[in-house]
Amino acid sequence: MLNLSPDEWTAIWLSLRIAVVATIASLPFGILAAYALARWRFPGKMIFNGIVHLPLVLPPVVTGFVLLILLGRKGVFGGFLADIGIVLSFRWTGAAVACAVMGFPLMVRAMRLSFESIDKRLELASGTLGASPIATFFLVSLPLAFPGIVVGAILAFAKALGEFGATITFVSNIPGETQTISAAIYSFTQVPGGDAGALRLTAVAVFIALTTLIASEIVQRQAERRLGSFE
Amino acid sequence: MIEVDVALAMGGFKLEAAFQNADGITALFGHSGSGKSLTLNLIAGLLRPDRGYIRLDGNPLVDRERGVFVPPHRRRIGLVFQDSHLFPHLSVKQNLLFGRFFAPRRERAIDFDAVIETLGIASLLARHPARLSGGERQRVAIGRALLSCPKLLLFDEPLAALDMQRKLEILPLIEHVRDHFQVPIVYVSHSIEEVVRLAAFVVVLDAGKVKAIGGPAEVFGTVAAQLEETRFDRSSILTMWVSGEDASYGLTQLMHPSGTLWLAGPAGPVGTEVRVIVKATDVVLAVGKPGHLSIRNALSGRVVGLEREGALVLVETALDGGGNLFAMISRHALDELGIAPGDPIIGLIKTAALDERRISRPRPALG
Repeated sequence: MLNLSPDEWTAIWLSLRIAVVATIASLPFGILAAYALARWRFPGKMIFNGIVHLPLVLPPVVTGFVLLILLGRKGVFGGFLADIGIVLSFRWTGAAVACAVMGFPLMVRAMRLSFESIDKRLELASGTLGASPIATFFLVSLPLAFPGIVVGAILAFAKALGEFGATITFVSNIPGETQTISAAIYSFTQVPGGDAGALRLTAVAVFIALTTLIASEIVQRQAERRLGSFE
Repeated sequence: MIEVDVALAMGGFKLEAAFQNADGITALFGHSGSGKSLTLNLIAGLLRPDRGYIRLDGNPLVDRERGVFVPPHRRRIGLVFQDSHLFPHLSVKQNLLFGRFFAPRRERAIDFDAVIETLGIASLLARHPARLSGGERQRVAIGRALLSCPKLLLFDEPLAALDMQRKLEILPLIEHVRDHFQVPIVYVSHSIEEVVRLAAFVVVLDAGKVKAIGGPAEVFGTVAAQLEETRFDRSSILTMWVSGEDASYGLTQLMHPSGTLWLAGPAGPVGTEVRVIVKATDVVLAVGKPGHLSIRNALSGRVVGLEREGALVLVETALDGGGNLFAMISRHALDELGIAPGDPIIGLIKTAALDERRISRPRPALG
């Protein structure tokens, strides 16, 4: 159909893999951060909120460079990580970290709104019925925030698919290892006659994005129907 | 046995409440902003007092002096909110079983089927809360709290969001819960009718302070308490006994040392003690024995107080054999009849003004 070359297929699968891993790995942290920001009061909350949102407002290249400083082979934590067998720089895992960091604020924002919109008295009711705070979180808060959690995950996934600046700064643009769809399109535009390849991958990117959006819409609608707020 | 002695200051509002009650329903009565819901939240553990203690059956739930605070989920106190607050993502059955799941197995004394049957919610089990009416939701909320097998049930104005018809459906259910499930209840309300009908013990709160404590007749039967209410909410509470019935006319006879009342409809077997609320605007006063009237209900007593209010007067009568009867009459009628404190007087009340809504059966003695 599109006659994609093996290299292009590699870039597509790599993009999907990075985006899926980035989303799933950041999900628990995202939910926790969102819940903490929505419900808890703790010292330094504003600073914590600022750090979570930093990747949203910083130039992506700066975020990528900070990751390089922190997690690169000669970085602050990179040496320690390398000692326990985790190498992130110039690996697809590093790309996943960069994508997770970039998508994190989007994920947390959506989930936080969702937690905040839950009637607190439902959580209080759960407490008076004998549920501990942890049980209340899993039995009441989390199910009620589910639509927002789906939205947050989709946003993070979409961001991860399109991430370019931080990824290329942190893990470069290595075909077969760190070259995602975005990076591959960029490479195509840098060589004469690359437009056709760039166009093919653009079509793929549009297809993936649309599929994701439709899937999230369906999941969300089902969740809302379950919560009975469709009337 | 619930013992409360707490103080809490919150955003300019100061609450100081102390009371204790061993049996039946404890009503926290007051207007909005009186601190009654705040007190309830302190009992449930949703707020911490600045000072004082709350004990249930001798065990402290919170005691600032001793540094005790039991978190809400360990208190085993069921709370019924004004707007039910059912979990929207769970079915009615899952809502009902939610609290039960967390109750220790050996303490699950309250039977699921008995609660379902009492509340008449068997047909709702598979539904979701979004598909229930307001009255149905509140029944399920009562069931949910009850099935957590609590040591104490709290009601926070459970009928305030319902229309009159729904209220009349739910009130008998709360009475049934009171009489059959052996769970002490603290009931918050600003409705005298609800409080008189349900509670044996009333704590009146006003601006964060306890203003009166005692049985409903004592608490509401004072001139000061009456003058707080608007003209149409002023009422007397009479303790009476069922003494007979007239089946052919569907009437029940109630006895009082000062006379008898006929009530439309049943009120229980002969000997049952009932509390009757008589609105002050439904009482007609007569000097001497009245002639031919359609009124069957006459109570005799002596005038003890007059409170003039514009064109109207609130007349307080001490009934023969105890109890006070309040009547709102016009100043014109007062002067024409020449009513003065100390005069013998007869209070007449229409049977049609006494309906089953005005009647409460105090909790029967246990055992």
